[in-house]
Amino acid sequence: MSDKLNITINGFQVSVKKNTTILEAADEQGIRIPTLCYHKDLCIAGNCRVCVVEVVGQKRLSAACATPCEEGMEILTNSLKVRNSRKHIIELLLSEHNADCTKCYRNGNCELQELASEYKIMTQDFIELVPLKNYTIDAFSPSIIKDDSKCIRCQRCVRTCAELQGVNALTVSHKGDKMKITTFFEKNMNQVVCTNCGQCVNHCPTGALVEKNYIEEVWEAIADPTKHVVVQTAPAVRVGLGEELGLPSGSRVTGKMVSALKRLGFDSVLDTDFTADLTIMEEGTELLTRLKKALVDKDENVALPMATSCSPGWIKYIEHMYPEFLNNLSTCKSPQQMFGALVKTYYAKARNLDPENIVSVSIMPCTAKKFEAYRPEMHDSGYRDVDYVLTTRELAILIKQAGLDFNKLDEVKYDRLMGESSGAAVIFGATGGVMEAALRTAYEIVTGREVPFENLNINPVRGMEGVREASIKIEKPAKEWAFLDGVELKCAVAHGLVNAKAVMDAVKSGKADYHFIEIMACPGGCLGGGGQPIPTNPEIRQKRAEAIYAEDSDMPIRKSHLNPEVAKLYKDFLKEPLGEVSHHLLHTKYTKRERY
Amino acid sequence: MNPIQSLVKDLADKHGRKRESLLPIMQGVVAQEKYLSELAMIEIAREIDISASEVYGTATFYSFLETEKMGKYVIRVCKTITCAMKGKNQVMLTIQNMLKIKLGETTPDRKFTLLETNCLGWCHKAPAMLINDDVYTELTPEKVREVLSMYMKENHVN
Repeated sequence: MSDKLNITINGFQVSVKKNTTILEAADEQGIRIPTLCYHKDLCIAGNCRVCVVEVVGQKRLSAACATPCEEGMEILTNSLKVRNSRKHIIELLLSEHNADCTKCYRNGNCELQELASEYKIMTQDFIELVPLKNYTIDAFSPSIIKDDSKCIRCQRCVRTCAELQGVNALTVSHKGDKMKITTFFEKNMNQVVCTNCGQCVNHCPTGALVEKNYIEEVWEAIADPTKHVVVQTAPAVRVGLGEELGLPSGSRVTGKMVSALKRLGFDSVLDTDFTADLTIMEEGTELLTRLKKALVDKDENVALPMATSCSPGWIKYIEHMYPEFLNNLSTCKSPQQMFGALVKTYYAKARNLDPENIVSVSIMPCTAKKFEAYRPEMHDSGYRDVDYVLTTRELAILIKQAGLDFNKLDEVKYDRLMGESSGAAVIFGATGGVMEAALRTAYEIVTGREVPFENLNINPVRGMEGVREASIKIEKPAKEWAFLDGVELKCAVAHGLVNAKAVMDAVKSGKADYHFIEIMACPGGCLGGGGQPIPTNPEIRQKRAEAIYAEDSDMPIRKSHLNPEVAKLYKDFLKEPLGEVSHHLLHTKYTKRERY
Repeated sequence: MNPIQSLVKDLADKHGRKRESLLPIMQGVVAQEKYLSELAMIEIAREIDISASEVYGTATFYSFLETEKMGKYVIRVCKTITCAMKGKNQVMLTIQNMLKIKLGETTPDRKFTLLETNCLGWCHKAPAMLINDDVYTELTPEKVREVLSMYMKENHVN
């Protein structure tokens, strides 16, 4: 039997693979059927109905996203019946939607607004329900604002929170006209299990879920002549920002971004990659110390596997869901927070600045970083270590507001003192990157040789598989690491919290005997972060990942321990990894939280 | 272990710890406690390893799974069209006047809670109401006064 089906779309004969939906078949023919509740990352819901099409011979219209093609099907995607129905569906959605578009954060990047514009919905024939609904806005979280008046109940956020993240902070409650998207007992987002990862924000088609923005605060700091405003940029921002500014997915815009930041008026443009390298020094040493305690001292209290601690969404998740494993987390702060603590101490001293007058801004692909910066313990410099966190999207807004023609900007290098980085640091932005960077350094420290992979590319930990495992056998180590001779270092990498759950359950049940696990809250790692350009989907994540690995290959230094500025930092200030100053500024503690 | 924890644990032992055990466990808690407290929902979520928000979402979907503390007697007046046409409004007014509470409220002594419900299936004997699990039909203001007086006379209050 053939695995092809013959159908017609708008009168044209086409042949499609079995199990193709009408939506996919039309897309292959270059016919776009509008969608709202559909997202490539998520299961099919079929609840918004805007993708309805006519199947000749059937009385009722079918949702194209949820209907598989059948042999001989005659599909009409733009008949009068379809057009009229679709228009009514959009009007009905708008009757419950606070369409005050000019005052909306998503103005200009809203799928509902685009549809309304495409179908020229100029009148409202249905009763305006917004005033009757008692909608509320939850703006208590430092990361996410949830405005129910903009919600069209497509449930993309609910599916994201469940399917990609396994967190289920968001749920559907009540029924009929009272149905809404809410949290446990309708608490505020900052009171529940929400990890602030922002995937819901990235998947919301309207302005119902947006990041809390700190754009005006940053402009004010820049305008204040008494303030020295330092900015750091995370690894994944440089491969995402271009999309917000009209460039194709996967464009590498590091140099232009630095140039733009200087033109925006930041006093110093520095790189979070610098503290990513530093993280490897601290975390790598921590791992080797734990292994020594376990293997040589036979200390049974040492917590293995050790888990990475760079992703603040993952940190909040483990605090809620696996608090008994908090000792397994590396005590290292994330690169953002290490950077913040150093800016107001080491950098301030070196540049002869009063830390009181330093404003520390970070550009992150992440909304959870906003929460992280506001954690009460992140004041180790004596001040708030990071003052404002902007997402990749917010940076694009700054650039547009400043009237910069991004494409015409020169490629500029980062400023010095905390601007130097390695290829190992930039791959922190991709899932598996921290693991790869750590292995490149740890293996070399232990054996004196490079990791046994061509061009330092540790391919087993790369890719988009949800959970990946790798092991490296340590042979002929240097004298002080002799206890590791013949040890097979077992590693696991997971991205997306639903995969983190799988790894943690395996660890909890004793099925897994890993030494080191890397977990990133967002699918694809930071390059698919909740603060990255909208849309983000599997193809886009793939392109951003290719860009990140290309950045790595092109770097003159590919290993964290060879970063000369990191060496200088240890020589002048920190003295040694896990030393006293490090302990105070670069390491942290975690908090047990409830599981709702 | 507090009483709710052990109740939920017993129910989970009885009904299992799969997703489909959620409804019978919730019904079991409501049978004893009249409502699902925040704590009860967190315990249910923990027992069957789903999120607390899913428990809440399910509880709010069903009319008979209350999420607020209820009085000893929960009065549910049918609001559906047949009962409405046969004088449900007068019945409702009578109850409100007697108990001095509005729809959705509980009396200060926590004896009565007044709610509406969807069709009870007693359209042929409309209007109808439930007090806990007992159904009262063909209500008139007089009949409702009689029924409620009976409940009000009982002195024992939880």
